[in-house]
Amino acid sequence: MKNLHLILLFLLIGIFAFATSEGTETYTAEDAPWDDGTAVLHRWNLSAKWEFLSLQKADSLGVYQEIFNEFSPSGQFKETGLNPDTKYQYRLVAYNKERSDSTSLFSETTTQQQWFAMNKLPLLILLVIVCSSVLYYILSARKGKELFIRRISGLDSIDEAIGRATEKGKPILFVPGISDLGDIQTIAALNILNQVAMKSAEYGTEILVPCRFSMVMSAARETVKDGYLKAGKPDAYKEDNIFYVTDDQFGFVAGVDGIMLRELPAANFFLGAFWAESLILAETGFTTGAIQTAGTGQPHQLPFFVVSCDYTLIGEELYAASAYLSRDPQQLGSLKGQDFGKLLTIILILAGIIAEIAGLGWFKNFFEGVF
Amino acid sequence: MKSKIPQFLAFISGVVILVAAFIPHTPFGMFEETLTNWFMIISSFAILLGQSSLIQSNLAKISQKAPDWKYHIATLVSFGAMLIFGLLWGMENTPGILGQGEKIAENLGAKPFDYLFEYAFMPLSSTMFSLLAFYIASAAYRAFIFKTFESNLLLITAVIVMLGRTSFATVLTSWIPDSLHFLRLPELTDFIMQYPNTAAQRAILISAALGVVGASLRIILGIERSYLGGDK
Repeated sequence: MKNLHLILLFLLIGIFAFATSEGTETYTAEDAPWDDGTAVLHRWNLSAKWEFLSLQKADSLGVYQEIFNEFSPSGQFKETGLNPDTKYQYRLVAYNKERSDSTSLFSETTTQQQWFAMNKLPLLILLVIVCSSVLYYILSARKGKELFIRRISGLDSIDEAIGRATEKGKPILFVPGISDLGDIQTIAALNILNQVAMKSAEYGTEILVPCRFSMVMSAARETVKDGYLKAGKPDAYKEDNIFYVTDDQFGFVAGVDGIMLRELPAANFFLGAFWAESLILAETGFTTGAIQTAGTGQPHQLPFFVVSCDYTLIGEELYAASAYLSRDPQQLGSLKGQDFGKLLTIILILAGIIAEIAGLGWFKNFFEGVF
Repeated sequence: MKSKIPQFLAFISGVVILVAAFIPHTPFGMFEETLTNWFMIISSFAILLGQSSLIQSNLAKISQKAPDWKYHIATLVSFGAMLIFGLLWGMENTPGILGQGEKIAENLGAKPFDYLFEYAFMPLSSTMFSLLAFYIASAAYRAFIFKTFESNLLLITAVIVMLGRTSFATVLTSWIPDSLHFLRLPELTDFIMQYPNTAAQRAILISAALGVVGASLRIILGIERSYLGGDK
């Protein structure tokens, strides 16, 4: 009998606890994890009777100022732009339509700067694996290991394009994109320019390089000069052929279109970052009858180049071009490392599909940085 | 030495930015912004270099009486006019050497620099942009001509997507029963854009990202030096 009373008592306590927990209203303000201490994560769970909320932060005088007011019974809000290592006090006020009833919930937190962005751990792991493979193949190439690199027809055609320009006695036009030197695509384009300049120097063909930015022009001059030096023809180098046009996007396009129509280059190279102007440039080049090679990392511009140009370097081919053309074993080794990265990506995608079908959500969560 | 110092700077900058991407704590968290600011400062100095190149190349074309040399005069006159008007009366709220130029602004409706920008430069720029519509038509025509299996596939896909983006598509395929709703043109268009198109774009983006990793490593390690002007 005594045992029965005890069981009944526990049962009642359990039911009471369950009933009260369902109606509990909570609000917490926590320092956003793995950041530079400039964000706070607010989470709340309110009763269904409330229709409005006001999330407020205490200012330096202790007066609460509203920072958020979009109502939802339970939700979260990330406040950004805060000072690191600073204590903040918050109040969440929930009220009904008539404002006849309300509740206030308080919380405080101190923002903290973290020494490691844990949500980027999967990225770091992948980066280490890919970089290690690139370094491994570079070292293998240094030791003299033969590496097979697939043919890239767009790059194999460079000789043909320059040869045609030489036969016709017309110049080559090389546009290193319309982005500044801070863009890796521009750097990749300049690396290709070096090889193109070297070949054009060998063939004795003029190369024109219109630039949208002064910094790119400066770097392009050095690059072309080096190409001419490598070809053993430094005297043939003409600095004026690498020139600045304008910073304006469509002004630059108008300038380059004008050059194409006046000078009628026999070979056009559009390599680097391009946006809306890609088709205008490529179509103008097409009408002049020039042999055209284009390449960009911008997926939205690739269809335009594919339609209007004879050869197109797609995505990674632009970055691989310089290594491919130079035939330097070390650079070719890095391309092999990239290929390993592609294989790894394919394996991870397949593993992800299988894990999701099997209901193993942790796999996807891990790569999304959700632990 | 001339190439060693830039290589060393490229190595240090590359490593610091790479490390900073994973450490949000001060001072690592602010490295990227600081280096970007430095880049902007250096770029602003380089503008002078660009302007001198612009003047030199155009003057050379004029003096050589190159084909269509009159256009080069127009370039230099436009450049000079914008420079002088900007210097004398400034732009927007910024005053020039002669102040805000209220009297001229009253007559023109804007400061001379802003007037030319608004009524000469902007229409010219828009004209260039609008050419895109015609070029898209000519490029699409070439791409969609029946030639190979791929071009046929492209043509069919393009017709579905183009029609599917119009209200006409709804009218055209509204008779299809609900059980076969996925065959309605707007839904087919959404499917093409959401799955095959996105998948292809992501494949390009992933491979490009790997290309960036490889290219960046070559630059950081000094294996790729062409952009510095080689080994001089």
